[in-house]
Amino acid sequence: MKMETRLMKGNEAMAEAAIQAGCDAYFGYPITPQSEVLEYLAKEMPKHGRVVLQAESEVASINMIYGAAGAGFRSMTSSSSPGISLMQEGISYIAGAELPCLIANVNRAGPGLGTIQPGQGDYFQSTKGGGHGDYRLIVLAPSSVQEMADFVFLGFDLADKYRNPVLILSDGAIGQMMEKVTFGKFKPNKVDKPWATVGKPASRQRNYITSLHIKPEMLEKHNEKLIAKYEEVKKHEVRYEEIDTSDAEYLMVAYGLSARICHKAVNMAREKGIKVGLLRPITLFPFPTEILNKLADKMKLMLTVELNAGQMVEDVRLSVNGKVPVEFYGRLGGMLPSPDEIVNKLENLINKNHAL
Amino acid sequence: MRSEEHLLVEEQQITVKEDIAENTTAEKEITETVIPDKPRCLDEEYEMVYHRPKTMVDVSMHYCPGCAHSLVHKLVMEVVDELGIQEQTIGVAPVGCAVFAYDYMDIDMSEAAHGRACATATGIKRLMPDKYVFTYQGDGDLAAIGIAETLHTINRGENITIVFMNNAVYGMTSGQMAPTSLVGMKTTTSPYGRDVAEYGEPIRVSELISHLPGAFYVTRQAVNSATAVRKAKKALMNAFRYQKLKKGTSFVEIIGNCPSNWKMTPIEASKFIDDEMIKTFPLGDIKLPKGEDLKLLEEVK
Repeated sequence: MKMETRLMKGNEAMAEAAIQAGCDAYFGYPITPQSEVLEYLAKEMPKHGRVVLQAESEVASINMIYGAAGAGFRSMTSSSSPGISLMQEGISYIAGAELPCLIANVNRAGPGLGTIQPGQGDYFQSTKGGGHGDYRLIVLAPSSVQEMADFVFLGFDLADKYRNPVLILSDGAIGQMMEKVTFGKFKPNKVDKPWATVGKPASRQRNYITSLHIKPEMLEKHNEKLIAKYEEVKKHEVRYEEIDTSDAEYLMVAYGLSARICHKAVNMAREKGIKVGLLRPITLFPFPTEILNKLADKMKLMLTVELNAGQMVEDVRLSVNGKVPVEFYGRLGGMLPSPDEIVNKLENLINKNHAL
Repeated sequence: MRSEEHLLVEEQQITVKEDIAENTTAEKEITETVIPDKPRCLDEEYEMVYHRPKTMVDVSMHYCPGCAHSLVHKLVMEVVDELGIQEQTIGVAPVGCAVFAYDYMDIDMSEAAHGRACATATGIKRLMPDKYVFTYQGDGDLAAIGIAETLHTINRGENITIVFMNNAVYGMTSGQMAPTSLVGMKTTTSPYGRDVAEYGEPIRVSELISHLPGAFYVTRQAVNSATAVRKAKKALMNAFRYQKLKKGTSFVEIIGNCPSNWKMTPIEASKFIDDEMIKTFPLGDIKLPKGEDLKLLEEVK
């Protein structure tokens, strides 16, 4: 495939990547700050003979995905926080029925209508289930426009590999910002889906898609199968980025937009002589527990930075299991911390820690 | 007074239990002797005059005795058989009494979330426009929680068949008031009867959706008599055939019964349909293909 570099919004890059990754169908509903995905695909998908449909609600769009994914087609939807909340029932059914699909949440600040500015308040919803019942999504957290595109390819592949919904957890800033993005690195990688509901030929038993297992002993077996799958995902699919950790005494932990700001803060702190590094989880589920636990051995302190009231910090604390203090700094309501603010916070914590 | 009634009920239950206990062996023998390994018609002395549709799975159904669901399942499968479209048909089951429909229909099927069958069917049909896609939904599923999906799917004119079973009650959850419950009808959640001041009139879905340009064929049928069954089958046959035309949604409402939750015998329930249900839900075609479309119909006959 020919390499091509374009200047695009994160949302547009994600939409273009969907086409290039062989997405057969997109069903969506307008909501700020992600409407560009639907707009871009409404224009481009028909040129490729693909299906694009503006649904009457997010409830409908996720159930259209359920139908299309159940029929074995690469299917995608996207929304922003309130719309993703509406989809939770459908996502639970999709996870229960083990259907591969891609969902993108361009996270805005909440709760409720909140605001259209970026936030990371949907971390719990994304990584701990979100809807009813025991299930997990594979959650990818892009921190650049390039990753908005790349994770579409990765997301579809992981969804097919594990027959599990994959969530791209982005935010209003990465969705809206324009950056260089290079296409042509990945190819669509489609797999056979013999379980799909495409019409029953005489040569096989009927296929049906369901999350219903009315007998408790059967449902427990199904639950155990799902858990075993999630364990496989944890074993093979953890992804993260380490920045300046080799000599670090302090570690920042941040994902997505926060990680971009923290990267700048790390550079500024290093100029002041503070040996600080950054760990950026790329998969939020599976969470990079092992590397955090390992890094904890040589750190004096960790600082988790998020655009929420402190959500991922709980997973960081569980990962280091008390080996090292894990502090938190967050901004809320769509407000962003400046790199200075984060360096100040780190300096204060270091001083406080030394005083102890 | 109350306690006396209670005792009476207990006594009756005991009698029934004893009856069952006494008859267990006899019943077992009957089961073993009456059901042959092969259909009887295979003996040369018999002629095959009726058989289970090929696409009907040979298992016991969970439906209550006298319930219309099993009959309508059979009609849908007869249509699939007669059109020879098993390989091209995908069904969508609802949440409600027909939640296990895929256990009985030997075709590829998808279970849908409560009320979302039309959205799920849209997803399937849009990707495979040449396949036959149908939903099978009850009144709570289609007309209450799923009314938005129903209206928009039909308004888009999705080329699917919607089989709408209207028995005026939530069957699976044991008899709560439905959006189609009759005025004054007593249910577990309208113990004093459906009050129009509180809940409005029952929704006449077929009339409502017939105003949408996307609705190609709308009809209301019943299955409480041999004649009604024949008419319902013909309506279902048309509704499946019309998918080939790609002219819009075919909608077949079937006035079903619910002897268990209506607290009637199956015969009483059948009579209730004739005496009461059709006053609110008159039977017959509500929207038929017209003009140029009539010529098209010949092509799919």
